[in-house]
Amino acid sequence: MDLKPGAGGQRVNRFVDPISYHFLQFLWRTLHLLVSLWYLQVSMVQMIEGFLISSGLVKRYGALDIDKVRYLAIVVDSEEAYQISKVIQLLKWVEDMGVKHLCLYDSKGVLKTNKKTIMESLNNAMPFEEAVEKDVLLDQKQMTVEFASSSDGKEAITRAANVLFMKYLKYAKTGVGKEEPCFTEDQMDEALKAIGYKGPEPDLLLIYGPVRCHLGFSPWRLRYTEMVHMGPLRYMNLGSLKKAIHRFTTVQQNYGT
Amino acid sequence: MELYNGERPSVFRLLGKYMRKGLYSILTQGPIPTHIAFILDGNRRFAKKHKLPEGGGHKAGFLALLNVLTYCYELGVKYATIYAFSIDNFRRKPHEVQYVMDLMLEKIEGMIMEESIINAYDICVRFVGNLKLLSEPVKTAADKIMRATANNSKFVLLLAVCYTSTDEIVHAVEESSKDKLKSNEICNDGNGDCVIKIEEMEPYSEIKLVELERNTYINPYPDVLIRTSGETRLSNYLLWQTTNCILYSPHALWPEIGLRHVVWSVINFQRHYSYLEKHKEYLK
Repeated sequence: MDLKPGAGGQRVNRFVDPISYHFLQFLWRTLHLLVSLWYLQVSMVQMIEGFLISSGLVKRYGALDIDKVRYLAIVVDSEEAYQISKVIQLLKWVEDMGVKHLCLYDSKGVLKTNKKTIMESLNNAMPFEEAVEKDVLLDQKQMTVEFASSSDGKEAITRAANVLFMKYLKYAKTGVGKEEPCFTEDQMDEALKAIGYKGPEPDLLLIYGPVRCHLGFSPWRLRYTEMVHMGPLRYMNLGSLKKAIHRFTTVQQNYGT
Repeated sequence: MELYNGERPSVFRLLGKYMRKGLYSILTQGPIPTHIAFILDGNRRFAKKHKLPEGGGHKAGFLALLNVLTYCYELGVKYATIYAFSIDNFRRKPHEVQYVMDLMLEKIEGMIMEESIINAYDICVRFVGNLKLLSEPVKTAADKIMRATANNSKFVLLLAVCYTSTDEIVHAVEESSKDKLKSNEICNDGNGDCVIKIEEMEPYSEIKLVELERNTYINPYPDVLIRTSGETRLSNYLLWQTTNCILYSPHALWPEIGLRHVVWSVINFQRHYSYLEKHKEYLK
């Protein structure tokens, strides 16, 4: 956390009223210090809880209905993604829990760059593209792993937009109608699949990083995805992972109705 | 700022206002979010919890909304976006949909009557979404209040109605395509219709990401998104705009939201401001 003063609201001018300015700055920094101490206490409680769950001392998280997590996504802060050994450990936990389809995302593509190392470290996993090619997505024997970065989000949607635009121009060439461009969400789905983006919408998205923010995961694939902030990758533990998945299995969505 | 209230403020209200002012003077020593978005989740659960008659939750939710907008205005937040009605909500029971539409019409007409107060506070009201899906009376009222407050700029209230992110993205693609057609000056048959003759086809430049971003309904992008009731999903809301947005899910139901939640979201925004600014720079 890096606190910087800003330019909001009604700021006290440091030159006009230096005493008030310094006093308010002191109060502001004290407030943030207290908040940081609170978060430190919360993190310690979560680590202890995670340890108890990992040790099997908390029975509630013993049996997980993992079939409810049809597609899991993990977002990792790009700077933390360089800790490849941590990422591999996390994926091994996910694999052991029985997750069948996983998407790994970091905005800068660090995980994509280390795809080979990661895949070689997993016992029984297959790249998502290979599973699609061989048409074995429904095969429950291996975990499929998809790697994504920011270029697979908005940029992919832009490429799909051009696919739709080109189709419209071809249709307009025939002179059949005089309609303006009018597209549907299904057509956008088809356009994305046509350019290779066949990954479904994740049921659950776990965020490993300093902030609860999806950092640019494909907007087209997040409509009803539950997002859980797991904290920094360096503090990950099996217990927190089990707790997050268990909580997800108890959620009921009404999809706006 | 007190919306819709011509009464003389009580002592407690004045005391509350000055205490808030004191709190804001501390908070504004750090960066304040330019734009906060809200998902108003929990009105029906609140009504059930407090055994209120039908619609009671939404009425309580409206009062909570006024309070939250007051806090945002006082704090110096420039934009607030409210997810008032999703396209998915049309699948609710017809009487429930009608109730929400009637409530919306009542509140918009209330805003039109209080137009002078809204203008005095320099508030711009904008309805964003697929407004063609609104009934005619609601659409007419919405257009009226938007025209009346178009020149205001201190605080912009964006009301997302008949909105989903996926609909917004498709709309942005349509608008960008139309912009491409216009920029190639193809539509020149004099009748305003778009007729493309094969021999006149010019090579088109591709639609760019920046063009799609320009054609989304909601700009600028929010810094914080607050969804009440402890729900951790976006429900097809602002999926495009939340790349660098802090997602905050307090357990309070929407009618229970208060100043402490707004303040907590601002504190967390300040804690992670540098990180998110760096991420924004990287993605540019």
